[in-house]
Amino acid sequence: MHMKKELNFAQGVRDGVPIGLGYLSVSFSFGLMAVRAGLPVWTAVLISASNLTSAGQVAGLSIIAAGGALIEMIVTQFVINMRYALMAVSLSQKTDASFTTLRRMTAAFGITDEIFAVAASQDGTFGAKYLYGLIVMPFLGWTGGTFLGAAAGNILPEAIKAALGIAIYGMFLAIIVPPAMTDRGAFLAALCAAVLSCCLTYIPALSAISQGFSVVICACAAAALAAWLHPIAEEPEGETHT
Amino acid sequence: MKHTLLLMAAMALTTYLIRMLPFVICRKKITSRFARSFLSYAPYAVLSAMTIPSVFSSTASLGSAVAGVAAAVLLALKKQSLLVVAAAACAAAYLAALFI
Repeated sequence: MHMKKELNFAQGVRDGVPIGLGYLSVSFSFGLMAVRAGLPVWTAVLISASNLTSAGQVAGLSIIAAGGALIEMIVTQFVINMRYALMAVSLSQKTDASFTTLRRMTAAFGITDEIFAVAASQDGTFGAKYLYGLIVMPFLGWTGGTFLGAAAGNILPEAIKAALGIAIYGMFLAIIVPPAMTDRGAFLAALCAAVLSCCLTYIPALSAISQGFSVVICACAAAALAAWLHPIAEEPEGETHT
Repeated sequence: MKHTLLLMAAMALTTYLIRMLPFVICRKKITSRFARSFLSYAPYAVLSAMTIPSVFSSTASLGSAVAGVAAAVLLALKKQSLLVVAAAACAAAYLAALFI
């Protein structure tokens, strides 16, 4: 039996420390990626500060680097970040009366996979101050790491920069592989998306489709197929993946 | 540069709205089983489509990328943290590049 901790601002900050440290390293490689794609340091930091998400930013970066269309950016971000809508709905059932509409509008900015996971795992409801606190360290880690990575991009030797280019994909693999080994639906979604993505990249007639749209098409088709063949169990209370 | 800033604004706004609107408006659970299944599988599908085949051109050569992916998958199978997996992928890619 553990003491029920008080979910105040300071507790939120403390709970956010491990998330912030993890973000620091991942966003370092995002910053590096951004300057390698030709973006100035300040834009890389601004993207991280205004988005606070990994997959969406990597996809967005490739659209910016290619000078893509506005609609492509919007559709891509919509699909890639769609999961946050589900998390937001799920989290909003655990919020207490201190969440006014204005506070919801502010705190919603910080709903990420990891912040969601920590907040959703608390006993009972939590207040706006806890969620604000929880966002502090991840935000600092994410923007700070991006700055360090972008700045280091101008200093580090080429061999190290090249090797660090794989870091963010390593993180993606760490997210995909374990559930894909135990959950057939997740396995099917990941496999189908990978096969489609290769088709869209290597089949000449299809390779004209830009990278942003390609991710959207592959992901939607794969997730729909997996949902159709392997619908999840009815009403798993308070769970989500990632 | 103007187009870049426009894209950045569109990116941030879309990402924000998709978090904010459901948090403010929708306090009910999503009941459609297909919709819930689709949303729970979407992250894996998105990450997989982003990783493959792009990861194979993310380093100096195909060989070093393959070494990085192998290290990442191996450690991910052993359920290591995101940090460990990402670091191992970089280290493997770096070492492989020295020998290829």
